[in-house]
Amino acid sequence: MPLRRPPRRAFWTPGVVTAAILGMAIALILAPSALEALAQTGPFGAPRPQTAPPPSDGIVGWILAKQAEFSLAMRTMLRNAKADGSAVWGLLGLSFLYGVFHAAGPGHGKAVISSYVVANQETWRRGVVLSFASALLQAFVAVAFILVAAWLFNATMATMCTSERYIEIASYALIALIGLRLVWVKGRAFFNTARSLNRPLHAVGAAVTPNDHKHDHHHDHAHHDHKHHDHTHNHHHDHGHHHGHDHDHAHHHHHDDHASAWGHAHGPEPEDLAGPGGWRRGLSAIVAVGLRPCSGAILVLVFALAQGMLWAGVAATFVMGIGTAITVAAIATVAVLARDLAQGFASSRSGYGMLAMRGIETGAALVILAFGSLLLVGYLTSERLPLC
Amino acid sequence: MRFAVTIIAALVALLTAAATASAHPHVWITMTSEVIYAPDGSVTGIRHAWTFDDMFSTFAIQGLESKQKGVFTREELKPLAEVNVTSLKEYDFFTHAKAEGKKIEFVEPTDYHLEYKDQLLTLHFVLPLKSPVQAKALDLQIFDASYFVDFSFDEKAKPPAKLTGAPAQCQLTVGKPQEMDAKLAQQLSQLPPEARNSTPLIGAEYSNRLSVRCP
Repeated sequence: MPLRRPPRRAFWTPGVVTAAILGMAIALILAPSALEALAQTGPFGAPRPQTAPPPSDGIVGWILAKQAEFSLAMRTMLRNAKADGSAVWGLLGLSFLYGVFHAAGPGHGKAVISSYVVANQETWRRGVVLSFASALLQAFVAVAFILVAAWLFNATMATMCTSERYIEIASYALIALIGLRLVWVKGRAFFNTARSLNRPLHAVGAAVTPNDHKHDHHHDHAHHDHKHHDHTHNHHHDHGHHHGHDHDHAHHHHHDDHASAWGHAHGPEPEDLAGPGGWRRGLSAIVAVGLRPCSGAILVLVFALAQGMLWAGVAATFVMGIGTAITVAAIATVAVLARDLAQGFASSRSGYGMLAMRGIETGAALVILAFGSLLLVGYLTSERLPLC
Repeated sequence: MRFAVTIIAALVALLTAAATASAHPHVWITMTSEVIYAPDGSVTGIRHAWTFDDMFSTFAIQGLESKQKGVFTREELKPLAEVNVTSLKEYDFFTHAKAEGKKIEFVEPTDYHLEYKDQLLTLHFVLPLKSPVQAKALDLQIFDASYFVDFSFDEKAKPPAKLTGAPAQCQLTVGKPQEMDAKLAQQLSQLPPEARNSTPLIGAEYSNRLSVRCP
């Protein structure tokens, strides 16, 4: 009898691995926002996090010094491009790199897009599409903003800043609303799953076919809600969340969900998860993230305009947008991979695995809601132009 | 499966490293500062002159009317100076000061104006202390915690910082406190008392710190 090898992966039980991956996924999603929270001060007397000066030495200091050189090089090239057209290629190359690294900074929808794809059961491909669409929309908005404000109307800095604040508020409100909507949908799914754990038959079904399970439960609890939990209904009517209402009846008319920009979020139904869905489904996330022009692009565009090189600024902005999209797409892809991995483990376990998945989705939805709300009340600020 | 875990762990590490470099400046300010003393030897305020980089300067004068193209008078820049100064409050004027280790507060700037020279905009203003303070040790740091704005003393200015009306024994240092402490101890031991209030000691490059010691 050959000796059996000890089970090598004894420690790596599905439970441990799932927990580890969940932890990583959550850390990944939260890290940028947490860093922002640490790095930013809250205006309007809002309670402010501990502030610390940026270090001027060490690796971080070195990176910061390099970034200063980088920006200076971009400005010099923009100026040189006027006399020497070939400098534009250098400018575009730098803009691309700038976009890639710049997106690691605040204000480029990493947290929103990643949380959105996790909460909404999107595939990594959709994550990439959403990242590119939102980054390119952001570049487009910056160009349109400067064309209209600075070029057409010759607006002052103060005017531009004021309009940017309004755009900001719209963008943050939209993020908060997306979060609210997802919390409502995913939170209910979570509690329904939790309740179903008390019914063993369903739990067994879950282990075999997770998707069907989801579907079953959804219908199941939709009934539940209607028959026994009228107060749920009343509650949300009181608050006027008419989108919640759409959701309740999603089974009947979700195919004509033309009602709103966030028509995507109508419940975790399998046909929606797998179906092509088109652009409309992620439109709310794309708009929420892309609506607010990047301050860096605004500065570059106005500078280019003043140099009589607006077209070079426009080209640089779009190239920067592509660089930004690559970084955001990479982060969203990692978030999706982490979630899918966790899902793999979850589906091999009975009911609790499914509960964990619903838990992640709800958690991601809460992140979006918290992020949008904190930005809206000014506790977090995101790349806001000062002195203006 | 283990492969996937490794990949994800690696990516998480990479992104954490990227996040470290996340916030980065969009606006660069080179500055000169002056610590203002009252006749009784108490500090009453800071006079700042902040010169913006060419990109932000261009952005700031965008759309402004001027009689002569490319030349802006103090009056023409007045509304802009108003906007700048009003907005500073939201950021605590980017000026963080401690008197003998205790945080001191500033009130709204006075005596402010903008100057446009060589296509660069300079904001001059006095930042008064909420209440004048007499301190043996005054530490000042000018920074933006979100690092959207980069502040550093103008190395070309001679001097980048000075004391105005300070008691004779006060010594100003530009640089980091720890370097300053060592240097200052040496400096103070070697200098005769009447020579101490001269040019400031210059510490680290790109410094945004000031220290005043009045032993």
